[in-house]
Amino acid sequence: MVPLDAGMTTHHLRASGLRKKFGGNEVIAGIDLDIEAGECFGLLGPNGAGKTTTLRACLGLIDHDGGTIELLGRAIPAEARVARERVGIVPQVDNLDPDFTVAENLLVYGRYFGLRERTIRSRIPGLLEFAGLGTRADTRIQTLSGGMKRRLTLARALVNDPDLIFLDEPTTGLDPQARHVIWERLRQLLAQGKTIFLTTHFMDEAERLCHRLAIMDHGRIIAEGAPRALIAAHIEPQVVEVYGDGARDWAASIGSKTAERCESTGETFFCYTQDADPLVHDLERRGSLRYLHRHANLEDVFLKLTGRELRD
Amino acid sequence: MTRNVLSPPGFSLRFIHVWRRNQLVWRKLALAAALGNLADPMLYLLGLGYGLGAMLPEVAGLPYVAFLAAGMVCSSTMMSASFEAMYSGFSRMHVQRTWDAIMNAPLTLDDVVLGEMVWAASKSVLSGMAVLAVAWALGLVASPLALLLLPLVFLAGLAFAALGLIMTALAPGYDFFTYYFTLAITPMMMVCGVFFPVEQLPAWLQGFIQFVPLTHAVALARPLMTGAMPADALLHLAVLAVYAGVGFYAALVLTRRRLLN
Repeated sequence: MVPLDAGMTTHHLRASGLRKKFGGNEVIAGIDLDIEAGECFGLLGPNGAGKTTTLRACLGLIDHDGGTIELLGRAIPAEARVARERVGIVPQVDNLDPDFTVAENLLVYGRYFGLRERTIRSRIPGLLEFAGLGTRADTRIQTLSGGMKRRLTLARALVNDPDLIFLDEPTTGLDPQARHVIWERLRQLLAQGKTIFLTTHFMDEAERLCHRLAIMDHGRIIAEGAPRALIAAHIEPQVVEVYGDGARDWAASIGSKTAERCESTGETFFCYTQDADPLVHDLERRGSLRYLHRHANLEDVFLKLTGRELRD
Repeated sequence: MTRNVLSPPGFSLRFIHVWRRNQLVWRKLALAAALGNLADPMLYLLGLGYGLGAMLPEVAGLPYVAFLAAGMVCSSTMMSASFEAMYSGFSRMHVQRTWDAIMNAPLTLDDVVLGEMVWAASKSVLSGMAVLAVAWALGLVASPLALLLLPLVFLAGLAFAALGLIMTALAPGYDFFTYYFTLAITPMMMVCGVFFPVEQLPAWLQGFIQFVPLTHAVALARPLMTGAMPADALLHLAVLAVYAGVGFYAALVLTRRRLLN
């Protein structure tokens, strides 16, 4: 990793009072972000929460309407172009160049950074190996699987050896095997000292990778902290999920009276509690209801804070 | 905070990266492209030039095939620049999201639009020069002055590429380009002196076509091919340059409005 310049801040991204409107609609309604060197920061939120817009504004790809952004010590959008020389970006929508092979994609992308041909060519084998595409240098993009494309997009984002990597929903649409490979690669990058800023709506992804999270909804950050701390601060530690025939009656008569809090989605009832034993004993005794007893996780926090209704 | 979409273009040599990207794609298909560039004008010149021309006396003091060849250098340039700026440009901007990928690197939209315009003009030079080569092979080029067609065709290519990029910035989809072809490209083809002298047109139409770029490209190209210095050369060049310059700025403003807000 490139050592930080003497006297330069260790904040890789700082935004304060950030606002953005599309038409009359305030998509970012005044948020603060602070990402330090070497950390993995996750921005969580349902569809339409403003995650991608926030990311694009931080990169200077769209103009914001209020607040200030500093990316790697550069003011955004005024110095966005220069700041991006040290940034890698994995966008949500695949935009690999379909006219080129795997290796040509890396070569052409490296040229955009003004890197010398020799420098890029010397980096390509390592990048292909990192992406698990060592034998695919001359393969055309169309024949790659979704997972391969994602890995190549990640490798492409590293062609300029960036300090900070932005990933917008990096594993959306991938199968579990492919997701685990991406997570493993991101951990490698963190171990190398890279800083990561990712958006996701997969809670397990956020919980596994991120040192710190912010949950965003309707353009605002509604909670922020380490994954464990968020769970401890916002939700009871035990969950009993009850579903199927008779669940509704049970929830009304027993669940809601015994648990601290009960929520429902359709015919499934979620009872949140400090101590699940009385609930579990009651369910065991009845034997007729289907249930699941588990620890509370980030998804519970997320649903509590952003609600259970659909976001289309 | 918000950049003004009307702010002046930020010119930078970084546009070359965009040009080189497109050139690398083109190189893969160069043979097929070159065949098309050569075959198309050959068919027109042989078919129309000799077939129709055989029935005609001299046109504007030239055998018809020589008259037509000069027009076709310009119309091929126009077609090639327009297609590249519109269909291919729209694919890269909207369908493949190549522009997004480029702008994730340290390039700006200004670099991208300039790169696309210069690329489309470069490609149109090949089309224009292919017609010139065919005309030369058929013995229709009278003077080395015809070499001046190279810079002329590049300038005309820039003008038509800029107009095409304006359409691309406005297009909801590929179908939109049909309007431009039907309402602008095809009429220009017909009335700007490609197939017959503009003096054949009614006076009002002769006046009107002084405002469209193809007229001026043809007015420069025909004398150069037959070995004369064009009259009013500076005026014709100025019109093409204004189309290229103002067109580029308009395309840039419209593309910024589309992609950056």
